[in-house]
Amino acid sequence: MTLPKPVSRLIEEFQRLPGIGPKTASRLAYHLLRVPEEQASTLGQLLLDLRAQTRFCSVCFNITDTATDPCAVCRDPQRDGSLLCVVEAPLDVQAIEHSQGFKGRYHVLHGAISPVEGIGPENLKICELVERVRVGEIREVILATNPSMEGEATAMYIHRQLQGLPVRVTRLARGLPVGGDLEYADETTLFRAIEGRSEM
Amino acid sequence: MPRERTYQTEAIILRRRNWGEADRILTLFTPQRGKIRVRAVGVRKPASRKAGHLELFHRATVFLARGRDFDIVTQAETVESFSRLRDDLVRSAAASYAAELLDRLAPEELENQDAYRLIVQTLEALCTDGNIALALRCYDLKLLDSMGYRPELSLCTVGGEAIQAEDQFFSPARGGVVCPRCANRTEGRYPVSLTALKVLRHIQRSPLADAFRLRVRTATLDELEPVLQHYIQYLLESPLRSRKYFSEVSRMQGGGEV
Repeated sequence: MTLPKPVSRLIEEFQRLPGIGPKTASRLAYHLLRVPEEQASTLGQLLLDLRAQTRFCSVCFNITDTATDPCAVCRDPQRDGSLLCVVEAPLDVQAIEHSQGFKGRYHVLHGAISPVEGIGPENLKICELVERVRVGEIREVILATNPSMEGEATAMYIHRQLQGLPVRVTRLARGLPVGGDLEYADETTLFRAIEGRSEM
Repeated sequence: MPRERTYQTEAIILRRRNWGEADRILTLFTPQRGKIRVRAVGVRKPASRKAGHLELFHRATVFLARGRDFDIVTQAETVESFSRLRDDLVRSAAASYAAELLDRLAPEELENQDAYRLIVQTLEALCTDGNIALALRCYDLKLLDSMGYRPELSLCTVGGEAIQAEDQFFSPARGGVVCPRCANRTEGRYPVSLTALKVLRHIQRSPLADAFRLRVRTATLDELEPVLQHYIQYLLESPLRSRKYFSEVSRMQGGGEV
């Protein structure tokens, strides 16, 4: 049976989204056929707005709406402009904001160095970061890339690029996750946790 | 191999990419099954018990359950973490290069125990104070060998006669040396000095552990690199992406700051 074109096209597009296979894609498409007209058109409009009304902040490269550039965080005078947290992705900014433990500003790299996947330093916002540190009031750069091979390589690369600039470069601590279990920890994590132990 | 529902294997983690909510698809290289792709469920959550054992370039024992598209990792335990790769930019770039070359050359699901031993020994060598560029060239030659692309270094690949003691040429398309007399009628050839050719032959003949300890001048290693890369690029039909990154970070290390 051939599906009507609008349905099959939508299913195809859904399938291209991360984590969505053919079954889920069809289910979503048929679901949208059943919901109230209004709900479906809101979704459509939101999808259009998502691209039309957002942009990268020209300072930190986080996502912001087109009317607010620099973004809210970069404008906020309450925030400590001398402290800069470097992360891989916009979602990492959200995660750190949720923790409410950081009151500085951000710099989003949009990825991590992964030569095997074809992502080199030139594909990330590293030059922009160096420039920002060079001209700005920044005293400390916190490298908050993921504690993975790619994240470590990115952190080392940036550290090297920042050498010679009058700025303190720090790395997020690595250790045991809350609610984790010591006996299941891998040796690297345990080693780092012992290395980075702190006074009680 | 009988198709049990679950099985256990040692593996090197060559590549990985995020999949779905918190999963990853890993490309593993194993002694008995060669290159396989598996799915590690939930490893991007911080409390995952497997995550730390499935880092890039780790050597790990993994327990797998047969799945429909991908086999699923049920448990994993690090055998060797090659931690020095994580603390050194050039070494980690070299490991990327080694992993990419193996991933590109190896067909899926084809046993190749030599290649497995080779990648393990090479990652070990990259964690020592030895010469990184030399380790990679030894790896190139030995891996080409184990994948069935051993370059011919003793006979002219055009005329067939034994190579004389003089500067020669290398032809990627012919997969070996071309003597100066046949060079004019061979397209796509690259010059290779007698010294460089001797080093290549020596590496090809020696056991890997001995080859890693050879004393080779930097200039000679610099000459070998493009010769082997032309050949590798010819076989793969596109350049290795890690090659450029490796040479960039090596240059940075060499003192040429920004």
